[in-house]
Amino acid sequence: MTDSTAENGPHLEVRVWRGDDSAGKYVHYQAPLREYQTILDVVTWIQRNAAPTLSYRFACRVGMCGSCAMMVNGKPRWTCRTQVNKVAKGNRLTLAPLRNLPVIKDLVSDMSEFFDKWQEAQGRFQPSATREDAVASVAPQSAQRRAADAGIECINCAVCYAACDLVTANSKYLGPAALNRAWTLVNDVRDSGQSARLRAVSGSGGCHNCHAQQGCVTYCPNELNPTASIAGLKRATLKAAMRGEL
Amino acid sequence: MLTVRMHFFQRLSALVMAPLVLVHLATMIYAIQSGLDASEILARTQGSLFWGMFYGLFVIAVAVHAAIGLRVVVYEWLKVACAGLEVFTISVGILVLGYGGRAVVAVVF
Ligand code: SF4
Ligand code: SF4
Ligand code: FES
Repeated sequence: MTDSTAENGPHLEVRVWRGDDSAGKYVHYQAPLREYQTILDVVTWIQRNAAPTLSYRFACRVGMCGSCAMMVNGKPRWTCRTQVNKVAKGNRLTLAPLRNLPVIKDLVSDMSEFFDKWQEAQGRFQPSATREDAVASVAPQSAQRRAADAGIECINCAVCYAACDLVTANSKYLGPAALNRAWTLVNDVRDSGQSARLRAVSGSGGCHNCHAQQGCVTYCPNELNPTASIAGLKRATLKAAMRGEL
Repeated sequence: MLTVRMHFFQRLSALVMAPLVLVHLATMIYAIQSGLDASEILARTQGSLFWGMFYGLFVIAVAVHAAIGLRVVVYEWLKVACAGLEVFTISVGILVLGYGGRAVVAVVF
C-alpha cells in the first residue's frame, strides 16, 4: 500500500511499522531522497507530509539525548546521526521500533524495563562523603579513573540492548548498558555502594550470563565496549566472592 | 542462567581441560604412529596411577563444564527454569561423571 508519493525526483521506498505489539503492519511510503539526510529526517518528512499520526521519538537531533534509536533495515541505530546513504540498500528502508522492548505505538518502544534494569544493577552513584568534606581528588591517570572513562559516555539509547541476543533469550538479563554503567561506578573511588552493586550484578540476570560475542560493541553508536566492562565486572565479582564478600 | 559460583567453576574446568586435551591429543598421535592396537594401549594404561588420575581429572572437569554449558543452552533456548533447570544441570553432571568414570575404570583397572 502506498500512502504517499514523494515530490518529483529521486526517492526512497520506506516501510514503516505502524501499530503496537498486539497488532500492526508495515506501511509503505515514498520520501524524497536528499543528500546528507538522516534516517530521522526521513521519518520526520513522512510524519509531516504523509502520515501525521506516525509516532516516533527524538529530542536533541545531535546524538546526545539517546531518544531516537530504532531498527533500521533490521539493525539498531541512532537515527539522528545515521545517514541514509550509509545504510539504505537500493534506496530501500525498513524502519521498526527498537528490538527487545515492548512497543507503545509505531516507532516508539517502551523503555521502562531498560531503565528499571539500570536501577536494578545499582547504576546510580552512592556518595561516600558529605558537603562538609573536601572535594575528592581523583587522579586522571589512575587505572580506575581510566576504566570509568572508557564507559562513561553512554547516552542511554538502548541500541546495545536491542542488539543483545541474550536479552532476547533471557528476559531477566540486565543488559549491556546497565552493566556498563555499573562498571563505571565500580571504578568510582568516591562511591560507597560497591558491595550492594557487586551483589546486584551477580544475580540470575547478572554479568556472568554475558556470552561476550560483542553484539553490543558492534552497534554502540558511541563506540563504547560494554563487553569489556562486563568482563571487568566478572573479575571484580569473582574476587569479591573469593574474599567472601558477595 | 549463571551465578558467580557457576561462572567460576565453568572457567576453572576450562582451565583444567585445556592442557589435558593437548596432552591427550599429543599422546594419541605419538602413540599411534607405530600402529598400537587396543590391547597394547591397555597394557600401558592398566595399573597406571598417572593415567588414572589424568583421565579421572579430565572426566570431572568435563562433567562440570558440560553441565554448566548445557544448562545455559537449555535455559535460553528451551526456557527450562527453576527446579527443572537444577535437576537438568545435576543430571548432566552425574551422567557424564558416570559414563566417563566407567571408561576410566575400564582403561586403568
Ligand atoms: S557481549 Fe554480552 S552484553 Fe554484549 S551483546 Fe553479547 S551477550 Fe549482550
Ligand atoms: S552503551 Fe552505547 S549503545 Fe548502549 S545505551 Fe550506552 S551509548 Fe547506547
Ligand atoms: S535525537 Fe538525541 S540522540 Fe538522536
